[in-house]
Amino acid sequence: MEVISNSSVQKIWSILEEVCDPEVPVLSVIDLGIIRDVKVTKANEEEAVEVVITPTYSGCPAMDVIRMNIRMVLLQHAYKNIQITTVLSPAWTTDWMTEAGKEKLKAYGIAPPNLKQQVCNTHLFAEHEAVQCPHCNSYNTRRISEFGSTACKALHQCNDCQEPFDYFKCY
Amino acid sequence: MTKETLYNYTLHLADNALILAQRNSEWCGHGPVLEQDIAITNISLDLIGQARSLYQYAAELKNENSGTGAVTEDSLAYLRDVRAYKNCLLVEQPNGDWAQTILRQFFFSTYQFLLYQQLQKSTDITLAAIAEKSLKEVTYHVRWSSEWVIRLGDGTQESHDRLENALDELWMFTGEFFTPVGYEQEAVNAGFGVDVSTLKVEWEQRVNEIFAEATLPESAAAGREGAWMQVGGKEGVHTEQLGFILAEMQYMQRAYPGAEW
Repeated sequence: MEVISNSSVQKIWSILEEVCDPEVPVLSVIDLGIIRDVKVTKANEEEAVEVVITPTYSGCPAMDVIRMNIRMVLLQHAYKNIQITTVLSPAWTTDWMTEAGKEKLKAYGIAPPNLKQQVCNTHLFAEHEAVQCPHCNSYNTRRISEFGSTACKALHQCNDCQEPFDYFKCY
Repeated sequence: MTKETLYNYTLHLADNALILAQRNSEWCGHGPVLEQDIAITNISLDLIGQARSLYQYAAELKNENSGTGAVTEDSLAYLRDVRAYKNCLLVEQPNGDWAQTILRQFFFSTYQFLLYQQLQKSTDITLAAIAEKSLKEVTYHVRWSSEWVIRLGDGTQESHDRLENALDELWMFTGEFFTPVGYEQEAVNAGFGVDVSTLKVEWEQRVNEIFAEATLPESAAAGREGAWMQVGGKEGVHTEQLGFILAEMQYMQRAYPGAEW
């Protein structure tokens, strides 16, 4: 068994670009920052792939679908020996979301997460976050509920354009 | 010895999360307004996720001991009876009204927050990783339930009275958090557990801060110093409530073993 070179690994990374979050279909698993590692080994002329992923929220039901979709897309590209490993630590953070991913989110109408260091900390009543409205770009917005349509989102409303919107809350 | 302690300790953490999740999920479709219905069920989902990670680990430990694959996260949740559950009594208490649900969540999340902060430093890397991850979710639970305690306490006379009633109802179940049982003490000695008795001071301080903002009687917690506390849940001696929860939760798997959909 030998560990395989960069080009094979790069190929897997580009295949994984095709796998999207089932709840937020504009984001790929790479945009989300949940792919922690890709390893390719070769035994008997056959490449074995290991994809290491980390869950977003502990209870996120999308994770099972994502795991299955990763397997499916690799099968479609003729990989047979596939292993998907889940790691919990270091815990996923919205800071791992790519800049491209954040732009896609905003274009989709979901406010992208603020940087974790700014406001999201374990201090109970930290300063209220200034969340930008994805529609009119105003920062004059208010939180309606800490919890939204999926585990990763909160519900906000813009005081200027009055549109309610989802905020991908920082984690 | 240590393996068995680790197994029991992990189950205790998992049972706390699962039973509270099951209780909260009873609100699904019945919340006072849509946003809060979504909030409380989101909290359920987080807790079920945490419980799953812990049960998976517990199953792994058990199977390592026995050398079989007989135990799974599902068998631990669906096929153990009341006496085998190790959750604290507080989490199995009925939802009551919204005030009681909120106060139960606030008491528990504040405790869980302090516990997981310490557990992140556990010498057991799996427990540490689960705690590190869960803590991010629990932070939102603490924030949400604190805001609601303040909103109800400092709201109308009606909401204030209801919160006080909830306090009378639930306070006696909070002492159990900080009273270690055998496997918790052994877990501390072995280096992977948290000494829960050390969390009490900060827990009371945080509760009192929120209570002050909620215009609850000055230092409601301190005023109850020395109150009788119910214990036993962590060792499997539960209130009559747990049996009903399990009857509902386990019914399908008991009636149709191995059913899937």
